[in-house]
Amino acid sequence: MPADLGFHPKEHYGLVSAHPYRLLPFRFMRWQTGEVLVVNDVGEHLFLDASSFDAFVRHRLDSGSDTYLDCKAKHLLADSDSTVPIDLLATKYRTKKSFLEGFTKLHLFVVTLRCDHSCHYCQVSRVTEDRERFDMSRETAERAVNLMFRSPARDLKVEFQGGEPLLNFQLIRYLVNYANECNTQEGRRLEFVIATNLSPLTDEMLVFMREHSIFISTSLDGPEAVHNANRPRRGNDSYEITLRNIGRAREALGHDRVSAIMTTTERSLLHPREIIDEYVRQDFDSIFLRPISPYGFAIRTRKAWEYGAQEFIEFYKAALDHVINLNRNGVAFMEVYAQILLRRMLTPFPTGYMDLQSPAGAGVGVVAYNYDGDVYASDEARMLAEMGDFSFRLGNVHEQTYEEIFGGSVLQALQEASCVEALPGCSECAFVPYCGADPIFHWATQGDPVGNRPTSAFCTKNMALLKHLFGLLHSGDAFIEKLFLQWATSQDLPHRLAS
Amino acid sequence: MTEKLSAETSLRGYAGVLTTQKLPYGLVPAELCPVIHCVKSLNHLADRDVVALNPNGYVRTLFRVASEHNVLFATDRCNSFCLMCSQPPRDVDDSDRLSEHLRLIELIDPRTREMGITGGEPTLLKDGLIHIVRKCKEFLPQTAIHILSNGRLFYYGSYAHNLAEVGHTDLMVGIPLYADTDHEHDYIVQSRGAFDETMVGFQNLGRHGVAVEVRVVTHRLTVHRLENLAEFIYRNLPFAAHVAFMGLETVGFAVPNIETLWVDPWDYRHELEQATRYLADRGMHVSIYNHQLCTLPVSIWTYSRMSISDWKNEYLPICSACTARERCGGFFSSSIRARHSEHIGPFEVLPA
Repeated sequence: MPADLGFHPKEHYGLVSAHPYRLLPFRFMRWQTGEVLVVNDVGEHLFLDASSFDAFVRHRLDSGSDTYLDCKAKHLLADSDSTVPIDLLATKYRTKKSFLEGFTKLHLFVVTLRCDHSCHYCQVSRVTEDRERFDMSRETAERAVNLMFRSPARDLKVEFQGGEPLLNFQLIRYLVNYANECNTQEGRRLEFVIATNLSPLTDEMLVFMREHSIFISTSLDGPEAVHNANRPRRGNDSYEITLRNIGRAREALGHDRVSAIMTTTERSLLHPREIIDEYVRQDFDSIFLRPISPYGFAIRTRKAWEYGAQEFIEFYKAALDHVINLNRNGVAFMEVYAQILLRRMLTPFPTGYMDLQSPAGAGVGVVAYNYDGDVYASDEARMLAEMGDFSFRLGNVHEQTYEEIFGGSVLQALQEASCVEALPGCSECAFVPYCGADPIFHWATQGDPVGNRPTSAFCTKNMALLKHLFGLLHSGDAFIEKLFLQWATSQDLPHRLAS
Repeated sequence: MTEKLSAETSLRGYAGVLTTQKLPYGLVPAELCPVIHCVKSLNHLADRDVVALNPNGYVRTLFRVASEHNVLFATDRCNSFCLMCSQPPRDVDDSDRLSEHLRLIELIDPRTREMGITGGEPTLLKDGLIHIVRKCKEFLPQTAIHILSNGRLFYYGSYAHNLAEVGHTDLMVGIPLYADTDHEHDYIVQSRGAFDETMVGFQNLGRHGVAVEVRVVTHRLTVHRLENLAEFIYRNLPFAAHVAFMGLETVGFAVPNIETLWVDPWDYRHELEQATRYLADRGMHVSIYNHQLCTLPVSIWTYSRMSISDWKNEYLPICSACTARERCGGFFSSSIRARHSEHIGPFEVLPA
């Protein structure tokens, strides 16, 4: 390289000072293989062998090595006084936390508690004909919608819940029209979802849903025997009715307007493959393997689920393994919880999944308006209230203002107890950038919104699943790597999770 | 002007005259109009092209209607000194050229699809560049503007803000990034602190909603960490509208630095494949420029573009037998003369 033209050799641009590099914020976890998983604050990660990790933390990495450059490029170390690495980290951090922008986006309206099913894992439905007592009134609905529009979010998602919301379809109709009317002034992007077992579905309802582009989220727990045992109803025909109505709804609204969710009961644990196969057979392209909600059992026994966390983990792994094998055999099918975690691990983007955020989505991401006008920090918070625990009641649409409800002490306490970056047992965990907190779960199962991690089923589950996913990604299996990347970068997140 | 010039020809209404003829006696005093006569050939020019006439008889072509690659050379100055710079900077005071640039924009055919603004480093015109973009918006509302900049002055957020404020709806700033760490990049652009300024510049443009393109020149100093660079781009610049991997053009400073820079594209084809796939698999828009298809793995052919400016593009004699030639990026004329891959060879049958 000709110096006479004014060019300088590489050394001229190298380290200018003799002082060693600084470590930037990171967390780590030792792996069974002896390697160490190193994760920065925004989820960028790498595996280092034990000796490289040792050299890294002792400021002894050779500045000419690729490991050094890897650590520097991932903002794990800095070797100058420049503030730019911190600026870049800050920008990435802001992106990861941008699910907070716009405040509460998902608004649940419990339009009735009445239901024709009597699922044992449900604590909130009532099999009754008493309309007056458990249905939301028009006045309550209007006040709740008015509150919703006080949220600054540009995208607002209205989800109708129950009970069985279709049993109060008149109110759904009224509320959709009222919200759309308000929205001519508001100009938000408004979306409607009905979470329904579909059994009261009529053609007239489908016409209305098509007119207003309403999504359907229904429940399918697996093959006939599992589904009907999980979801009892008079006549023991829930499975048959559900499938028939999924077909009708798909035909009327379009295939992708109908999604299903499953709940894992003790019985489900025995049938991971059959449950997946049922979803494939019914032409769904994904499944969300959800553990049962603790509310109910928890109150009585302080136990998380009717089964142990370990049993759910084994079930989940078996099911995921089956999903991967299906894909190997050419069947494109996705597990949604893995997708959420993988998106956090493999992309710089946030995920709008409210049940695993830091701070927790309760109140700041999602809010539930109960049939009687009570406002709760989440669906789980109102389930807890049905069990007699009103700890997470934010107020009532008839009694409190927006400021009192969303700026009150209950919501503040929830936020304070749900930043995993600062929670005992979480703050030093390598999985912090991928995880979140569930203060209501910990209140219900441990009597404290912060909770104790070593005995937390929530922590046990998420730790195990994240370890499992990292293990699969790091196993050298190119097919899995490619498949997981596809899931992580897929644009079509299920509508209940996207925000 | 095609008609035969005579002493009686009226030059009224002409801004200037170029002619291959010898100037007839008595013409000049009649009209106040610059004339350059005895020009060797005007065949490269067409109606609506724009030229500049210098008093010394030098004619510069500023715009050609027939070309897809028109650029406005904003300045000869630069605040970087890249080892492979194809347009080596000159330290001259050319700030008086702004009025010429603004006049040029008035003369350009408004049907022009795309125009580049390059240099030197266009941002050294400071507010002048903002004037130019504003003028483009006014006179060439249908023309996409692509600014080629090292991005360093966008370190100043107010400057990025001012560019965004123009509100040009089809504007992109292409900015080179050569490494995922500062010292490596600074060495290649021969400027301490350049990496930091460029990275902050990217962020500022992104923050203000100006579309950015990341440009990576592939050579011996960049190819060994190409996939790491791709990862760095995905993690730190996921908002980039386009990422381009560009083969080395052996002109300018690349000529004296050729031993430092040269690597046969064949030897880094796997690194290029990994980096391209890394970004494409994550939904980023990727292109490969200035590479010949016979040096690229077939899996990334689809990202290869015919990008070399029409007047710089050539092929080797051996290429005439190639079935993929129509889709091939070809060579820079300069690279054909200087150095090219030793693995150039025709495809007798188009690979599947």
